Parts: sequence; C-alpha cells; structure tokens
Amino acid sequence: MGGGTPLWRYIAGRVVQAIPLLLGVVVLNFLLISFAPGDPIHVLLGEYPAPPEYVARLREQFGLDRPMVVRLGHYVANVLRGDLGFSFAYRLPVVQLVVERLGNTLILMGTAMIVAAIAGVLLGVSAARRPRSRLDAAATGASLIGYSIPEFWLGQLLVLLFAVTLAWLPAQGIRSTRETYTGLAAAADLLRHLILPAAALSFRYIALIARITRASMLEVMHQDYVLAARARGADEGRVLWRHGMRNAAIPVVTVIGYNFAFILAGSALVETVFGWPGVGRLIFDAILQRDTPVLLGVLLLVSATVVVVNLMTDIAYAYLDPRVRY
Amino acid sequence: MATQVVAIEAPQRTGPARDFWRRYRRSRLGLVGLGIVLGLGVIAVFAPVLAPYEPTATSLDSLRAPGATAHPLGTDDLGRDILSGVIWGARVSLIVGITAAATAVFIGIVIGAFAGYYGRWADAVLMRITELFQTIPRFVLALLVVALFGRGLTKLVLVIGVLAWPQAARLVRGQFLAHKSSAYVDAARALGLPGWRIIFTEVLPNVLAPVVVLGSLDVAQAILLEASLGFFGLGDPNLVSWGGMLNNAQAYLREAWWMSVFPGIGIALAVVGFNLVGDGLNDAINPRLNE
Repeated sequence: MGGGTPLWRYIAGRVVQAIPLLLGVVVLNFLLISFAPGDPIHVLLGEYPAPPEYVARLREQFGLDRPMVVRLGHYVANVLRGDLGFSFAYRLPVVQLVVERLGNTLILMGTAMIVAAIAGVLLGVSAARRPRSRLDAAATGASLIGYSIPEFWLGQLLVLLFAVTLAWLPAQGIRSTRETYTGLAAAADLLRHLILPAAALSFRYIALIARITRASMLEVMHQDYVLAARARGADEGRVLWRHGMRNAAIPVVTVIGYNFAFILAGSALVETVFGWPGVGRLIFDAILQRDTPVLLGVLLLVSATVVVVNLMTDIAYAYLDPRVRY
Repeated sequence: MATQVVAIEAPQRTGPARDFWRRYRRSRLGLVGLGIVLGLGVIAVFAPVLAPYEPTATSLDSLRAPGATAHPLGTDDLGRDILSGVIWGARVSLIVGITAAATAVFIGIVIGAFAGYYGRWADAVLMRITELFQTIPRFVLALLVVALFGRGLTKLVLVIGVLAWPQAARLVRGQFLAHKSSAYVDAARALGLPGWRIIFTEVLPNVLAPVVVLGSLDVAQAILLEASLGFFGLGDPNLVSWGGMLNNAQAYLREAWWMSVFPGIGIALAVVGFNLVGDGLNDAINPRLNE
C-alpha cells in the first residue's frame, strides 16, 4: 500500500522510547530510598544485622554523605553495574536471588498463560458463533466472575476443594519433599504441583481473553471478506478458523503482553497461597523480614521486565496488525 | 382534575437525571450491580449496629469453631467472630475503594486536562510520566511503599490512589484533545477566559461522563488492590479487613474453611458490584452501543 513505516524502523523507534522509561524506573527507586523515613542506609540494608565494615562501604558506594544529585549518580552507576545490593537474610546478592526465583515464577506464569490463551480463545470463539445463545450468556457470566474474583482467594478455594476435601492434588510447594524423582517422573511431579496454582492464576485471563476474543470475532464475522467467503459457499467452520484465528491472535498477545505486570502481581499472590518458591514468595518473606534491598531489587528487575515485555508486545502487535504502524 | 395533574407532572419527570435513570434501568446487570453496591453500602454504614460482636473481640472458649448459633459464620484462630469481621470489612473496603478511586480520578483529571489542553511539551512530559506509572508493577510498588512508609488507612488510600491515576489521565487527555478545537472553546478563548477556567468550567463538564464510568471500575480495582495488600499482611493493623482475614485464613485452610470462604465472598461481591455498575453506566451513557 506504500506509506507504511517498515517494521524495523517502528521497532527502532519503540526501543528508543523504552530507554527513558527504564531510567525513570531507576530514578523512582532512588526517590523511594531517599524519601523513606529514617536513614537511607537502613533502607539499603534492611533490618538484618550487617557487619559494620559493610555498612561503611555501602555509605561510601552510594555516596550517602553527598548531595542528592551526586547520590543519584552513584545509584544509577551501581544499578548499571548490575549491583542491586546484598541480602543479609539470604546471604546472597539481590540480583542472583531474584533471577533464581524469577525462573520459578515464569514456569507458573507461562503455564497459566498457555492455559488462558487456549481456553479463552475457545470460549470466546464458541460464544461468538452463537451470540445471545445460552452458551454465550454462560461465557459472559463466567467472564464477569473470573474478572472479579481475586486470584489468591480462588487459590484458597482450589486448595480447600482439591487438596483438603478431595486430596487429589498437592496444596504446597513445587515438588514432593518425601520422594526424589528423576527424569519423566520429576516432570510429572512438577506438573501435579503446577495444576492448582496455574488454574488459580489463569482464571482471570481466560475471562479477559474470552471477552475480547468474542468481541473481535463478532466484528470480524461481519467484515466483507468473511461475507465473501461465506457467499462462495465456504464451510462455516473453515471460515471461522481461517479468517477468525489470525485476528484472535491479537487479543491473546495484547491481553497477555500489556497485562504482564498484573499477571506478575497475581503470580506473587498465588505463589504465597501455594508456597511456590518464586518472586512473589520472595517478596512476601522480604516484607516479613524487612529485607528492603530485596524489595527494591524486585521492583527494579520486575519493572525492567515489564518494559521489555511491553516492547515485545508492541512489536508482535505491529507484526500481526500492520495497521498500527502509521 | 386527574388528567390535568398528570399533564402538569409529566414534564417535570424528564430531567437529565430521570432520563439517565431510564436508560440505566434497561441494563439488568447494571441494576444487579447497583443492588449489590447499595446493599454493601448499608452494611458498611450500619456495621456497628449489624455486627453481633466487636470484630476484634476474642473469645478463648471458641477457637476456629464452625458456624453455630452464637457465631453463625464461625470464629477464627483467636475466637473472633467471622460474621462481624466480614461486616466491618465491608466498611474498610468501601472507604478505601471509593476514596482511593476518587483520588486517582482527581489526579487523572488534573494531569489529563493540562496535558490535553495545553499540548506540546506539557503533554509530552506528562504523558511520559503517565507511561512510567503505567509500566511499573502497581502491586510491587504499593508493597514497597507501604513497607517503607508504614501502614494505615490514610496511607493505603494515598498509595492506591496515587498509583491508579494513569488510566483516568489518558482518558481525560483524549477527551480534551477532541474538544479543545471545538467552537465553544474558541468562543471562551475569544472572551478572554483564563486557561484554567476554560478547562474546569467549560470543557470538563462535557467530558465527565466517561470519567465517571472509569471511576466506578477504579473502585473495583482499588478494592482488589487493598485486599491484595491486606493478604500480604500490609493492611491497616488496627482494622479488620477482608484481605487481612484471608491472610489469617491461609495458615488454617485445613482446619477452618470458613475463615477463607466468607471474607472472599465479600471481596468478590464488592468487585462484581462496582464492575457491573461501571458497565451499566457505560451502557447508559452510550446507548447506541447496545442497539
């Protein structure tokens, strides 16, 4: 059609826009440390006892006796070097701690989002096929409930039903502690531990994806090219899948991509219910132990992840729907 | 004469408010939502009368007891009455939800109006800040702020409100962009009205409707966020809240299901209620969408 921006130029533009955002996150973190009540050294240390030499070094490293602007420079330099402090509660550098836990969180989030994408699209497409039918009404009702129930309460309900009452699935942890499995058995064991937390986390996004898929399918089904395909006498199911599905990919990508921060928050809450050793559990323990360096590190790393995911979502969106690149 | 009375009364019955109510009434789910919200409102206002016990009163002879005549919904690990907790929890949730959403909408209106009306660098700067706040995971930031600055009802409201404004700002900005070159704004400028007066007395009343819808949905989000913070043990330590009750229930899921089930129903109802009201308001404002 001409006139459209090539994809790579669009991508370059978005990457440049992401840089001030990342910087903004770092500055915000710094402001929180500076304006929290009390000596910033306590914020940087947490309430865990630390050796005095380390305290002195930390003061030096962050330039805590210097004016604010200089301190900001020190802070940014430390972050750029990848130094997010040290957790005395775990006796580990914060970066290492968070990155380790982030893996488990991503296992949970990834599983939940695959489930949400499949179930949400199926539900949305079936509802759109017969608008105002009983199935449509049921799907709409389920979306409403799914959107309003807090994940952590749903998690507790699932524990009550499937772990306590029926005793089908484990209620806690990421693997069995009584036995050690290897190979396929270990994967099966992980899967058994995954089912309930992933179900709790995915419910809200099944609802969201179904709702948006339904709306976009209804819209697509009235487009000229779909009418033309129908007029040619194409099979209804074929029309639905061939012309509808590419369009259904857009809501899935955008719902998951742009809600990444919310999904992470949901994961943090669900992890707490199920004792899943991810970032959420780490935050929960850090709050109890007043381990503030961990909280600061999590905020920074998680925000950076969100910036990157949003960027990837923009790119995927531009790829799926060329109309957004103008 | 009776017929005349009707004829005189009829014109009074068509004000904008009545018109609006007639359109709102058409949405059945909107009415259900309104019912839920009003019901919870009554419970919250009359909590001291309705609750059979003080929500924090412990009774050592019934710890984690299931529902019985003395405690219809059972008691928790310290013998506190669950029903009373759920009733008082409605008060905390509604206060935090409504005031936090109001704070968010207020900040959003001011920022969005200035960005949209003045455009140029004001817009560029304000929108970058908005983007930043939309990027940062709200929940993690709220946890950190509450952990650093301390807990308490006012702080909760401020944190949730201050973190929730970007959506309102974007909405208001878009509306101002659409309105700022219309004839009535040109007229106001020609009359020499100062910018802030044009913003607040000329344009704002015309763009408020969608903001009210968003405000209602914001209340639902704020209630969820408050409950989440409570579940992480960061609620107001002196108040009984639904999220705090669920935090408490977590350790006793095997022994006392009622500690989890009833407060959770409270949260779900409140969130559903405000979401439905928001949808109903939206349908009433944009009647065409339904046809």
